[in-house]
Amino acid sequence: MTKVKAAILGSGNIGTDLMYKILKNDGNMELALVSGIDPNSEGLKRAKEKGIAVSHHGIDAILEDPEIKIVFDATSAKAHKLNAQALRDQGKLAVDMTPAAVGPFVVPTVNLHDHLEAMNVNLISCGGQATAPLVYAVNRVVPVHYAEVIATAASLSIGPGTRQNVDEFVRTTANAVQQIGGAKIARAIPVFNPAQPPINMTNSVYAVIKEAFDEAAVIESVQSIAAEISSYVPGYRLKGTPFVDYRETPWGRLPTVVIMNEVIGAGDLFPTYAGNLDIMTASAYRVGDVYAAHFLGVKEVTQ
Amino acid sequence: MKIPRLTDTTLRDGDHAVSHSYTPEQVRAIVKDLDEAGVPVIEVSHGSGLNGSTIQQGFSIHSEYDLIKVAVETAKQAKIASLFVPGIGTSKELREAAELGISVLRIAVHCTEADVTEQYFRLAKELGLETVGFLMMSHTQPASVLVEQAKLMESYGADCVYVVDSAGALVQSGVRERVSALKEALSIQVGFHAHNNLGLAIGNTITALESGADQIDGTLRGLGAGAGNAPTEILVAVLNKMDIETGINLAILMDAAEEKVAPLMQTPIVIDRGNLSSGYAGVYNSFLLHVKHAAEKFGVGVSEIMEELGKRQTVAGQEDWILDVAVELAEKKGITV
Repeated sequence: MTKVKAAILGSGNIGTDLMYKILKNDGNMELALVSGIDPNSEGLKRAKEKGIAVSHHGIDAILEDPEIKIVFDATSAKAHKLNAQALRDQGKLAVDMTPAAVGPFVVPTVNLHDHLEAMNVNLISCGGQATAPLVYAVNRVVPVHYAEVIATAASLSIGPGTRQNVDEFVRTTANAVQQIGGAKIARAIPVFNPAQPPINMTNSVYAVIKEAFDEAAVIESVQSIAAEISSYVPGYRLKGTPFVDYRETPWGRLPTVVIMNEVIGAGDLFPTYAGNLDIMTASAYRVGDVYAAHFLGVKEVTQ
Repeated sequence: MKIPRLTDTTLRDGDHAVSHSYTPEQVRAIVKDLDEAGVPVIEVSHGSGLNGSTIQQGFSIHSEYDLIKVAVETAKQAKIASLFVPGIGTSKELREAAELGISVLRIAVHCTEADVTEQYFRLAKELGLETVGFLMMSHTQPASVLVEQAKLMESYGADCVYVVDSAGALVQSGVRERVSALKEALSIQVGFHAHNNLGLAIGNTITALESGADQIDGTLRGLGAGAGNAPTEILVAVLNKMDIETGINLAILMDAAEEKVAPLMQTPIVIDRGNLSSGYAGVYNSFLLHVKHAAEKFGVGVSEIMEELGKRQTVAGQEDWILDVAVELAEKKGITV
């Protein structure tokens, strides 16, 4: 079967975990290159061991190969902003895993098919990938007036980039909960927990509803989207059944749908507790695979 | 012994105990008395820090900006401080509070996560604020870890770092070790913030002073999250007895505690089962009202929720786990809601 050539830009942990995901799934992509900037990086060593072509010339090595059609950018927001135009000029799709947000936000279960002609898509944040679809699942049954998401991850799984810019995580995730989730007003709050042994990523969603609604239909909608997400993030599950709690809010005492979720990683490179990193690479894989299928003209995507 | 600088946080920590219902009139009256009494620093913000008005933490009835504005207008000599928790607040709220005229920003994180505070310390210093680092849940880590974390804050520009006993779980030996270690390792000031779950809020604060603390916290009548804090008026009385001359007027504080603050209490702050089990399990004090809500909704006990939250090593901001724990306990007992 013909496959679409893909490359990973960035040989850090995210890029390496994604590499293992591409290699272990027989999808629509062929990993043609892993390109970093440090010739001695652990990621490039691991790619070589797997027989993948590597380079330490970063974006330039990728631009030299016209057959590479999909580029996963696992560098940094700053680097991606510099790379985006060159990739676009060469007709390469950029799947942006950084917070740069040059292209539209995508969540595979919600809006991927709306952006199949886009040349640059952004994967938001771990909290955004995990919670925006849950808010969307409520909002497709009854309008969500206010959504608040709490994304909790093990301290060990939070890298320096996020730590130095908590503002960026907060802003990006809340924007996604509005744009993708559909909430009229949104808040996102990260929590880093240093417990030993490390905790799995957990997320909570509070969706405040202003009108009468069918509780069972909301629960079913949430459960069904969680099942869809778990088709590409196997460790994604709801904790318990979503329930309605009445809360005092600035808009009066209102029913609030409470959804709790846990993400256990696949353990490809990261420890399994780092579900927050796994959901980024698993979602990136899914996005890349759907695009590859689209490029190949394949109608149904199977994994 | 040196004269400590006292920060009264009735209007911040106490905000939890009044379910975030302070009115501008209440703030004006309390600030007026604290200011007249000579309390040097008065903290005003949502209990969980700037922008804390959320479902998770509890919505404020009145905008905290309105409350801060009133406090700044009312105080003649006292500095107004606000608490800031990265992730709950962002640079935007920090700037807005600075524009309203606060003088001190207290930046609080779980005591292992100091490296998330850098951007906020730098911004606060740029804006000309005095800065305090708040190492929350300090009972969970040994002095050596707190020293490392406090040094990071010092390197980002903190003027003082506090050992914060958020769960009221420290006993005096634990306070002594931590405060002395910070005093030894830092060239900036060191503070201590107590909670009263084990009945040690005053005693621990005095131990902190004996260990070299430069700054201490209190709240009128002890009004604060969970079991409350070291009562400001009692602290001043005790310091007077110790011949530590703070210059703060005890009579004004006693009247304010009795006439302005006690009437605001939804229930008397006592070390009941909920507060004792919270301190004993080492659970963040502001969880209390949320634990009571969940216990009632799911038909499980307050103490058993506290115990499990302690086992799970929850940190500040994890009120959502209360629901998770309550649901699981209810399921185990076969209770359906």
